[in-house]
Amino acid sequence: MLRYILKRMLIMIATLWIIVTLTFILMVSIPGSPFNSERASNETVQANLEAHYNLDEPYYVQYLLYIKSIVTFDFGPSIKKPDQSVNDLLGRGFPISAELGIVTILVAVLSGVTLGVFAALRHNGIIDYFAMGFAVLGISIPNFILATLLIQQLAVNLSIFPVATWSSPAHMVLPTLALATGPMAIIARLTRSTMLEVLTQDYIKMARAKGLSPWKIIIKHALRNALMPVVTIMGTLLASILTGTFVIEEIFAIPGMGKYFVESINQRDYPVIMGTTVFYSTFLIIMLFLVDVAYGILDPRIKAGRKGGK
Amino acid sequence: MEKLLEVKDLHVTFKTYGGTVQAVRGVDFSLNKGETLAIVGESGCGKSVTVNAVMRLIPSPPGEISNGSIMFKGQELTKKSEKEMRAIRGVDISMIFQDPMTALNPTLTIGTQLMEGLKQHQNITGKAAKKKALEMMDLVGIPNPEERLKQYPHQFSGGMRQRIVIAIALICEPELLIADEPTTALDVTIQAQILELFGKIQEATGVAIILITHDLGVVAKIADRIAVMYAGKIIETGTKREIFYKSEHPYTQGLLKSVPRLDTEGEKLTPIDGTPPDLFSPPQGCPFTARCPFAMEVCDKVYPANTALSDSHSVDCWLQDERAKQLLAATAAK
Repeated sequence: MLRYILKRMLIMIATLWIIVTLTFILMVSIPGSPFNSERASNETVQANLEAHYNLDEPYYVQYLLYIKSIVTFDFGPSIKKPDQSVNDLLGRGFPISAELGIVTILVAVLSGVTLGVFAALRHNGIIDYFAMGFAVLGISIPNFILATLLIQQLAVNLSIFPVATWSSPAHMVLPTLALATGPMAIIARLTRSTMLEVLTQDYIKMARAKGLSPWKIIIKHALRNALMPVVTIMGTLLASILTGTFVIEEIFAIPGMGKYFVESINQRDYPVIMGTTVFYSTFLIIMLFLVDVAYGILDPRIKAGRKGGK
Repeated sequence: MEKLLEVKDLHVTFKTYGGTVQAVRGVDFSLNKGETLAIVGESGCGKSVTVNAVMRLIPSPPGEISNGSIMFKGQELTKKSEKEMRAIRGVDISMIFQDPMTALNPTLTIGTQLMEGLKQHQNITGKAAKKKALEMMDLVGIPNPEERLKQYPHQFSGGMRQRIVIAIALICEPELLIADEPTTALDVTIQAQILELFGKIQEATGVAIILITHDLGVVAKIADRIAVMYAGKIIETGTKREIFYKSEHPYTQGLLKSVPRLDTEGEKLTPIDGTPPDLFSPPQGCPFTARCPFAMEVCDKVYPANTALSDSHSVDCWLQDERAKQLLAATAAK
């Protein structure tokens, strides 16, 4: 197991390096710089500024400096907001984004799995049709459309929830709903189909032949096996929730990390681009790793495979 | 001998989009305590459906026990609620499935799967349950039981898994064990071991066994009595000896002829030509008529009565009718 983790760590570092390098290439190939806005400044001032941020150095020096900043996890101050360091921005934005992300994942997984299980148990019944109709809608409607609809109906017209910002549990409802509906729908559909498959397996019949109660059979024998594919797609869903937060944070004016990420690219704020990219990719890579570990815990056959097979 | 199970005029139907399948069409059989009854027949003849009906494990819908009675120890099982049946399944009647590779849950340890039936039905401590589980592992012949309890199904071979399935079925000490083709998915040497195990278990626990199979070799080894099923009906039943040496139904005879033998070298097997009838609309008369070498006009129209040939041997065939016998004698004289 330890060897497996070490191996995975190396792969994770290599992945991160590839992402970081690609980001650097993309960053320097976008035309423009932090200093050429409409307000044309004196050429000498511009040259001085570039020298200050090492932007006059050849690309390979910039690249090495950039790698150094990643290794030491010190991205320096933001170019556009010189009084704030990138680490400050991340430290302020991340807890809020994380809160939104975690609540979203919890809502998506819990409601998706429940919906899927009930749909499977009432296969071709009213609950099934309702749940799957809901799921198709959830998959089809993009989160930014859903977000605006929710704001208009529940916040503006009915005034049940606040329109925007992030300060109390009530504020969390609409952004979470908007962000969680898509993943929830995917999870519900997947759970339903794998559950239907698992319920026809011999070991379910065997559990019935043992005289176990229906709920015990579903929770202990069926659900665990039915959740395997759900865990598999969790990685992809995490990535989509992550990118979803950029949009949702923008719509609901939530001061999370997503805002800085989008802003920094528009303003060519190089240190912030680097900081947010590295942070997001590290986070996602670690999450994917945890998903793999969870997979091994859920299915003992996979753990054995890692040890070189038995 | 005391009767443990008595099935009378059992009918099971399945409603599908294509129509209603009459899978079991009036089956009668009984089983004494400690006895082994084999139900043989080709695929789709209703063997599995019959025993699943006894366990009340027919998926409903689409399946339904449309008629008949199943008496187990004086209780009418067809009238029981699902909850009452749960108290019987695994406790009084247990079941073993065909494929041990799929009958065990891949994500739970053997110990959990072995003990959960016990914990469900008996007020038992974890320690006592474990002791019982170890005993069962020992009975079915699994070495290192202590260690093996913590392992998962994929760490066992097919034969070992079938032993575990048997242990699970027997852990609550049932009086009736239903084995649905327990050796079909195993290779021949393992088959022999598992069959031996059945004998050993019966000796140790006195459990009655209903064995479903299409392998007459298996039957010859462990059955006391045999019921031959065809198109949803039991067409002949008798002791092992009566079926193997004195069978009267042309279908049973055909089955026996189609078994390969080691002592007749170079001879071709004699298959039964044709296919079983469609159970969406089963024939009025004897369902074997179309394939029967002795078919008469009456066979196609009216189902033959059950004729008792001895206390234990009976057959559903028009050839047993006095008129048919006279006719045969007359043609033989010509």
